This record gives sequence, structure tokens and C-alpha cells, in this order.
Amino acid sequence: MMQVRDVHKRFGPLIVLRGVDLALRPGRVTAVVGPNAAGKSTLIRCILGLTRPDRGSILLADGRDVRLPAARAGLGYMPQRPSFPENLSGHEVLAMLDALRPDVVPDNTLLERFQVAAQLDKPVRTLSGGTRQKLSAVIAFRYRPNVLILDEPTAGLDPLAASVFKSAVVAARDAGTTILLTTHVVAELAALADDLAFLLDGAIRFAGSVGSLLADTGASSLDEALSLLMQSPADAIPAAALHAEGDRSPVRVVRETHT
Amino acid sequence: MTALAAQTLGRFDLPWVIAIHQSKDVLRKRWVIAYAVLLTLAGDLLLRLAGNGPSALVSLLNVVLLLIPLIALILGSASLYGAREFTELLLAQPIPRRALFIGLYFGLTIPLAAATAVGLILPFVIERAIDATSAPMLAVLVAVSVLLVAVFTALAFVVTVLVHDRARGLGLAMLLWLSMGVLYDGVVLAVATALRDWPIERGMLAAMVLNPIDLARTILLLRLDVAALMGYTGAVFRAAFGTASGAVIALATLALWVVIPWWFGARAFDRKDF
Repeated sequence: MMQVRDVHKRFGPLIVLRGVDLALRPGRVTAVVGPNAAGKSTLIRCILGLTRPDRGSILLADGRDVRLPAARAGLGYMPQRPSFPENLSGHEVLAMLDALRPDVVPDNTLLERFQVAAQLDKPVRTLSGGTRQKLSAVIAFRYRPNVLILDEPTAGLDPLAASVFKSAVVAARDAGTTILLTTHVVAELAALADDLAFLLDGAIRFAGSVGSLLADTGASSLDEALSLLMQSPADAIPAAALHAEGDRSPVRVVRETHT
Repeated sequence: MTALAAQTLGRFDLPWVIAIHQSKDVLRKRWVIAYAVLLTLAGDLLLRLAGNGPSALVSLLNVVLLLIPLIALILGSASLYGAREFTELLLAQPIPRRALFIGLYFGLTIPLAAATAVGLILPFVIERAIDATSAPMLAVLVAVSVLLVAVFTALAFVVTVLVHDRARGLGLAMLLWLSMGVLYDGVVLAVATALRDWPIERGMLAAMVLNPIDLARTILLLRLDVAALMGYTGAVFRAAFGTASGAVIALATLALWVVIPWWFGARAFDRKDF
């Protein structure tokens, strides 16, 4: 569980996040989607503690702020562009990260399923982009995280590796892990996402289950529903289907109501 | 061991985990190996041409004062910019920012200092030039060179933490190196010439303290007792403090040049938005 509460962030005159509220639930994959420059990267950086919000908080289930180093022990992160020290071998990179969590027995399941152990004996600079991406995935899942942040995770993975990866995400979700996913691949969203948060101009315009998005927009596919949100987020959604929670922005905030 | 004890021990251990692995990576970089080989070749050549005496060390000093700031500041900055994405991955791990900064700093400084020491000592070993006269001087040269590495890697951290854009950061690093290593003494001499009728000795001392390369040169030349090569600021420094005390004061000031940028860089790293 992770609770993002009223997070604001600006860089100089540029307002990037305007009071983002988002609940990431355990055992669910929440996809954060939106057009370029919507604030997705900044939101992820705030969640990871890389960027400090000007206002608001990001709390884990136990109430700890994610900026606390100890709170990050339960966090797994797979960046969009994985980068590792070029002259270390993959196994040396893993050993370095293992040493930061001496009390955790590393989980080698994904390492074995990707069948990359032999390749990770070589220096990182000699590894292909796909192998680096596999190493990044191995690291994200290796310490049995409670919260997984996956930023465009399948970019660069071959179909077989992508399939292995998706099954790992599903297994983690079923085990109760809270998962945040960003991707531009709609098929991946459709396959993995349980919930969806649509971010536009630094504010959440929709947060709810994928099913409720389809129902609310009247779209026949996720692809169509996302297009409707991106083109005209407020007007595209039938007014009767909206569950507005207030006028905090010119575009109405859309929420799913659970009863 | 209790979980609390393990956590506490882990906290002391964390910077060294980073430093050890970072050092392995840096030591395997081609430019670090090339730097050590270049220093060795330069030292060997100078020993062959100038013999075993202080003159070879003085010549080597000029190479060192130009090369170390260049390597530590510019290639150090480039290396840190290149590692930015991995630094972000490390920041997402359970490690305090200060511990990470310490680890990254020593992970860059230790291998560069080791390459410098090897590059300076090896030619003396190859040429069998270590004797009772040259050994203490070589020891001072190595010690001051290692301090210079520490100064300029600290400055590289300040540059890369404060300037997000790689091209601008490397431009700033180049400007700093040119200012301190090439232009500074000339500007000071020009000012001193222009103001020669005024009592400017204190100003000249301040000018030397403001440049770690000048400080390093003064320490080494005071030790080698080669007054003619000290430059204007060094000559003023020697007149003010004398050989022995001047070297101690210059060494302490050079150490401050490590501590102050390091502290400034660490604070900026603590507060930086990545």
C-alpha cells in the first residue's frame, strides 16, 4: 500500500505536479498513464525519494515516509533506461546491491527464468540492451519488495523475456505486492493493469479500475478509452458516468466510487 | 545479532560497500589506466633526461600540477555524469544520501589517487632512482599529489551536483581547470605589477590560498628549496612564513581545500532533486 497525498512540485516557474492524490493498493497493478510532460516521471521520482515534493506526502502502509532510507528497503525499482557501472560484471552489480541489504536473502527466481546467469559474468559494457533490461528486472524483484515501481519495463525485452517478466509481475501482484506501472504499450496495460490513474498537466484526472474507465467512457476498448481521456479528458466522458469530487481544477476530477 | 544491531553496523558499512565497488569500476576504466601509464612514461623520461636529483622532481612537479587537476576535475566530472542513472538507482535503495555521497566520493578518489601514486613511484623504481635524497622528496610529491586528487574530485562532485546539464557542467569544469591551472598565476602577476607601489603582500598571500594548485606548488618547491621556480605568490609566501612553517601552513590550507568543497558538495547532494 502506498498513499500519495496532495503532492505538489514545481521547477522554477514550471508547475509539474498540482496536488496529486493517489492510493496504490496492495495486490493491484496501478498504471499511471498520460501524455508526454504530464508529470509521470516527476511523480515516480517523488515516490522513489529522488525528488522532494514542495508539499504533500508519500506514505507507505505502515505510515513511514518513502524518503526515509529504511522505508526504501521494501521498494523495487525498474527504471526506463537501466544503467550500471560499465566495467563491473552483472554479478558484481548484484553483489553490490546485495551488500546494501545484508539481512535479505536474494530471490534468484527471475535470474533463473531469464537464464542470464552466464551472461552476467561479463562486464556490463559488453551486454546487449535486452540483457541490461533483464538485469534491471532481476534487481527490481530480487529483494522481495512490498512496492514495485516499473517504468516502461518491457522496452528492449524480446517477446519471450517480456512474457517471463509479465508472469513475474502477475505472481508478485497475486502475492500482495503493490505495483505501479508506466507504459505506452496499451496491450501491456490491458494485460497487467487492474487500476489506472490518468495524469494530465500535473493532476490526476481519472483514478479507478480499468473496468470502471471503460464503463464511464463508454469505450469498447482500453485503447479507445485512453484516447478519449487524452484528447479531451472532461468532455469526452459522459457526464452521467462521472463521479466528480470537486472543482480543484478546470477539468473535473473523475473518481470511481466503490460501494 | 539483533536486527537493530545489524542495522547499526550496516550503516557504518554502507559507504564502503559503494566505495569498493565503485573503485573496481573506476580502476578498470581505460582513461585511468592511460593516466597511470602516461605519468609513468613522463617520470621515466624525465629521470633519464635529468638524472636522479631534484631537477627531475621539479620537472615532474610541473607535469603533475597540470595533469592531476585536468584528470580529476574534467574526467572525474565526465565519469560522474556518466554514472548518473546508476546513482539514481542507488538512491532508490535503502541507503542514506550522505552515506552514498561518501561512498561515491571515495570510490572515485581512491582509484585516482592510487593511479597517481603508482604513476609517480614506478619510474623511480624502474630507474633505481630512490635514494636517501630523493625518497623524502618523492614522498612529499606523492602526498601532495594525492591531496590534489582529493581536492579536484571534490570540486568535480560540486560541479556535477550543482549543474544538471552535462555539457554545461563539463564546460564549467574546463573553465575551473583553465582558471586555476593556467590563467591564475598570470593574472596575479599582472595585478601585482600594476599595484607594485602599494603594500600588497597580504593580498598576494590571500591570492595563493585561493588556488590549490599554487598551494601545492609552494609546498613542493619549499620542500625542494628551489626558490626561482616558486612564482610570485610562492615567493611572497616564503618571505612571510619561512620554509618549514610555510610548508605546514600551506599543507593545512590545502587540506581545507579538500574539506570545504567536499562539505559543500555533500550538502548539495543531500538536497538535490534528481
